[in-house]
Amino acid sequence: MNIESAQYTTGMMDSDSTNTGIQATVDGQEVHIPLDPANRHYAEILKQVEAGTLTVAAAE
Amino acid sequence: MSVRINGTTGVTTPNLTATTKVTTADLANTGNYNGGQLGNRNLVINGAMRIAQRGTSSTALGYYTLDRFLHGRTGGTRTFSQQTLASGTPFDLGFRNYMSMTNTTAGSTNTTDYVEVYHKIEAQDVATSGWNYKSSDSYITISFWVRSSVAGTYTWWMRDEDATSYTYAFNYTLASNTWTKVTHSIPGHSGLVFNNDNGAGLRIQWMAYYGSNYCSASATLNEWSTGSSLPIHDTTWNTTSGATFDLTGVQLEVGDTATPFEHRSYAEELALCQRYFETTNANISGNTNNDRVAYIPLNPYNTGNAYGAWFYKVEKRAQPTVTHGGSHWRVYQVAGLLSSSGTGNTDGIGINQMAFYITGVTFNTNQSAFADYRQYNAITFDAEL
Repeated sequence: MNIESAQYTTGMMDSDSTNTGIQATVDGQEVHIPLDPANRHYAEILKQVEAGTLTVAAAE
Repeated sequence: MSVRINGTTGVTTPNLTATTKVTTADLANTGNYNGGQLGNRNLVINGAMRIAQRGTSSTALGYYTLDRFLHGRTGGTRTFSQQTLASGTPFDLGFRNYMSMTNTTAGSTNTTDYVEVYHKIEAQDVATSGWNYKSSDSYITISFWVRSSVAGTYTWWMRDEDATSYTYAFNYTLASNTWTKVTHSIPGHSGLVFNNDNGAGLRIQWMAYYGSNYCSASATLNEWSTGSSLPIHDTTWNTTSGATFDLTGVQLEVGDTATPFEHRSYAEELALCQRYFETTNANISGNTNNDRVAYIPLNPYNTGNAYGAWFYKVEKRAQPTVTHGGSHWRVYQVAGLLSSSGTGNTDGIGINQMAFYITGVTFNTNQSAFADYRQYNAITFDAEL
């Protein structure tokens, strides 16, 4: 799984700017990834972040 | 028509023994047949290789063709595809499709090459299957139809994903270009763990080739092992351009007997697959002009954002990864087409629905809106293991 970029997103309805997901490019495709450890893409992001090979940018 | 029988006079016992299909002995014995489960025996989804929502051919690594079966490979160019079965014993038994791995551009004797396909089963479905997996007296049985253009010995492999040090493997032998049914019963083991959750439980795997980096001359076969369980592979398949490895009729069931494959209806199999992946593109039905998703109601929240919800066809295993990005949304209000390039964003992703919003368009907040998504790839929801 090739994760080229990743950035947190926030729900527009949330006034506290809580992160609700990650927008990323995975294997060349733009995807929206939930913060669910049972999601394989999120699990891979956590793994790569821990390994220091990926940084998830803060939400805009 | 209803019939009322007053008393038993004149009523005779049906002569069950006269039928060639069912005898009283059969009825008495069915309770003991693989634990007595006569339906929903197969723990594998899409074992007949009928469902391919993402496409029918790919050289990429990952889930790209047949649902629930992941392609893995390094070295060379390997094509994974769904193929149509037109004759032969599997055809006679009701199979119409198979998965094919083709060595499009051969690899080498490189020690790191591998070509595999695997299938993961949810842990809760193993835990509640009825297999007493802690007991060496309790069995599950794998069966499948397989064919290779290269004669030789191949390995089937399985791993407990909740106790990843436990693996099990066995070898089987194939003649070239000959469909062969392989069956093998596997006992439980006290070290096995399957959590009652939606994570991966069992990974079952076929490999056309595995390089020596992953294998051992002293691999343990035919029993659960915490050491190496992959034997050294012959390199012929990997070095033969155009070599094929075909698979169908995959069944994993509780019990020590391989029963006939449990065929499911197309609708049932598709619904089972959609717990893990669904798409708005119904190309699988043969219609090539149905990428369009129309018309989704939107509620303009302010001039820059309009919100909508998308309900999935089937509840997902976990919150899915969603593709609906880019500026591909066509947005309409009372005046007609407002924009052909609305940008899709996700507000929240649940296991039953996705909340999303469209930006990049100036909305009139006094009007309702709707949108469609039809110019690019489908919207997909991926909750695969």
